[in-house]
Amino acid sequence: MNALRLRAIARKEVLQVWRDPRSLMIVLLMPIMQMLMLGYGVNLDLKHIPICTYDREGSQHSEALLKGFAASEYFDVVKVATDYAAVTAAIDGGTCRMAVVVPQDFSERLTDTGASSVQAILDASDDNSATIAAGYAQAVIDQFEQNVQIWFAGNHGQSMAPPPPISLESRVWFNEDLESRNFIIPGVVAVVMALVGAQLSSLTISREWERGTMELLVSTPVTPMEVMLGKLAPYFVIGLLDAVLCLVMAVLWFAVPFRGTLLTLFATTSLFLVAVLGIGYLISVAIRSQIGASQIALLVTMLPTALLSGYAFPIDQMPAPIQWVTYLVHARYYVTILKAVFLKGVGMTALLEPILGLILYAVIVAFLAARAFRKRLD
Amino acid sequence: MTEPAAVEVASLTKRFAALTAVDGLSFSVARGEIFGLVGPDGAGKTTVMRMLAGVMRPDAGTVILDGVDVVSDPELAKRHLSYMPQRFGLYEDLTVDENIRFYADLFGIARGLREERAKRLLAASGMEPFRGRLAGKLSGGMKQKLGLTCSLIHAPKAVLLDEPTTGVDPVSRRDFWRILYSLLGEGVTIVIATAYLDEAERCHRLALLDRGRLIQCDTPAALKQKMPGALVAIASPDPRRVRSALEDEPGVQTVVLVGDGVHLVVDDAGRIAELERRLADQGVPYEHIARVTPSVEDLFAALLGRKAEDG
Ligand SMILES: Nc1ncnc2c1ncn2[C@@H]1O[C@H](COP(=O)(O)OP(=O)(O)O)[C@@H](O)[C@H]1O
Ligand SMILES: [Mg+2]
Repeated sequence: MNALRLRAIARKEVLQVWRDPRSLMIVLLMPIMQMLMLGYGVNLDLKHIPICTYDREGSQHSEALLKGFAASEYFDVVKVATDYAAVTAAIDGGTCRMAVVVPQDFSERLTDTGASSVQAILDASDDNSATIAAGYAQAVIDQFEQNVQIWFAGNHGQSMAPPPPISLESRVWFNEDLESRNFIIPGVVAVVMALVGAQLSSLTISREWERGTMELLVSTPVTPMEVMLGKLAPYFVIGLLDAVLCLVMAVLWFAVPFRGTLLTLFATTSLFLVAVLGIGYLISVAIRSQIGASQIALLVTMLPTALLSGYAFPIDQMPAPIQWVTYLVHARYYVTILKAVFLKGVGMTALLEPILGLILYAVIVAFLAARAFRKRLD
Repeated sequence: MTEPAAVEVASLTKRFAALTAVDGLSFSVARGEIFGLVGPDGAGKTTVMRMLAGVMRPDAGTVILDGVDVVSDPELAKRHLSYMPQRFGLYEDLTVDENIRFYADLFGIARGLREERAKRLLAASGMEPFRGRLAGKLSGGMKQKLGLTCSLIHAPKAVLLDEPTTGVDPVSRRDFWRILYSLLGEGVTIVIATAYLDEAERCHRLALLDRGRLIQCDTPAALKQKMPGALVAIASPDPRRVRSALEDEPGVQTVVLVGDGVHLVVDDAGRIAELERRLADQGVPYEHIARVTPSVEDLFAALLGRKAEDG
């Protein structure tokens, strides 16, 4: 290994990333976007929820109330029903996620008792978006000047718990309750790092093939080890910076408490990066086009880390054979570590098992990666 | 005592599935010689170059470069050779200087030496004003000259150039060859693949390649001597009619259209009178008919044309 050659490769790689807008976007924007996307649930499009209204009274008051729904950006009134059958059809048919029904005695009770209520019927098959829609509905009702309550019901008579009260501020970014968000966000950091890291390193070797620079490169005395380390070193630093970005977002934006030590975080993040970059590099050696390599990298990292890392779906609730498969997913170890470091504040000794798992993983990947690239055209 | 050859190739063979791209090739190149590999597209020039450069493994045969066995120890050989691939191989998103520095670093050239050589090479190719320009923004000729500069930055003993002047403007081509000749004084050995036959005449010796086989290997002058029969040039305002009138005449081996007439190879110079008569009979207009000294291009057409008839 020669330091001058190693530095030459690293220096060149930095210059290329710096001058390539696509790489820069992956470096900076992708982690932020993915943190937001995964952090707020996969469905960003929770505005404009299609709803149906059924005004059984048809008074000034009821119309004013329903106008609130029509005006809200969270809802689109796509159907105005004139009987219950139409309401049921709209929800069961999937054209509406919620129906707001104003009873016949709405104004009467408002004048008599000073309080009245409406009913919201939700599609109970989709729990998550039903909860979110209910929260928005509550917020719309709260803005009506008079004292009106809203009762929620499922579409087939299931009872629905009332949504948690939401404040004016959190209305914009309505999310599930705080606790489950804390539980998910550290895992989101792991998923994002796995995606971004593999994306970046998947371009390293494939770029040389695609641009026709490989033939000249392999005719020089540079060694495969120098190529690998020289190319991955800048991405390791970039990966650490992205990790800092994600972690800062987790703490400052998502307000997840951080109870552990930075040393544990840094050490385990470095290990994880070795595994992540190594996998992307292996793909890059195998696939000779940049697009191809980055798509394979996305495929190989996205599904396993999203489904089998335990970031959102607890591993101990999976069927046993699937639990075994999760040991092959690098993010599994890092997710365990991050959750413990963030929420429990435990140190490295308590995390011996996942840390050893991660070390083993990183060593195997590094070993394979170091042998993967050959200075040959055939 | 004769000096050992700088490049010694024996029985070199490379197969791609059913295709034998290089077929039992043997030749040697002396130190300080410019050796040309000439042949039509697909003849196997690039494949030979790659095997000489140690980036492709032959299926059989040996390549010895300055005493180093390229096949068994390519990495040692790579320290002293430089290879310029047919496809532009530099980084288009790096500047001229950054590219030069990159290759200098890979060969462990210290900064002072790099600066001195870069200055000299860039001055020789008229590229000094463009040192800060991205390689991708250079003209075709300048790209190739930059490629040569990067190839020479570590003062290699052998330089392998694969069609370096294809698509290059005449001025850059002249610069290019001037630099190549200046290297010979330093004992550098040059192997150059080329599709330009006028360029081939500038080489000391040539290997004519066709479908992976070596057809001839000698100096351009000697090769012309070996030309079978005689080359006859006919100047005519209507070369196509000349061709159709003469191509089936006895003794005519090949007929090639050239700018303002045709070149044809006949088995004997004595046939010229017959040809003249034939043209007159058919009323084909021509201005001039004479035996001429063949160029490499004619030679090649003659050799390949004959082979095609054999096969
Ligand atoms: N990597 C390869 N795989 C398969 N066939 C190849 C490969 N490289 C070259 N060939 C074939 O080998 C023959 C010689 O090609 P090449 O060496 O590029 O010739 P030239 O440089 O003289 O044009 C051609 O028929 C070409 O199609
Ligand atoms: Mg070629």
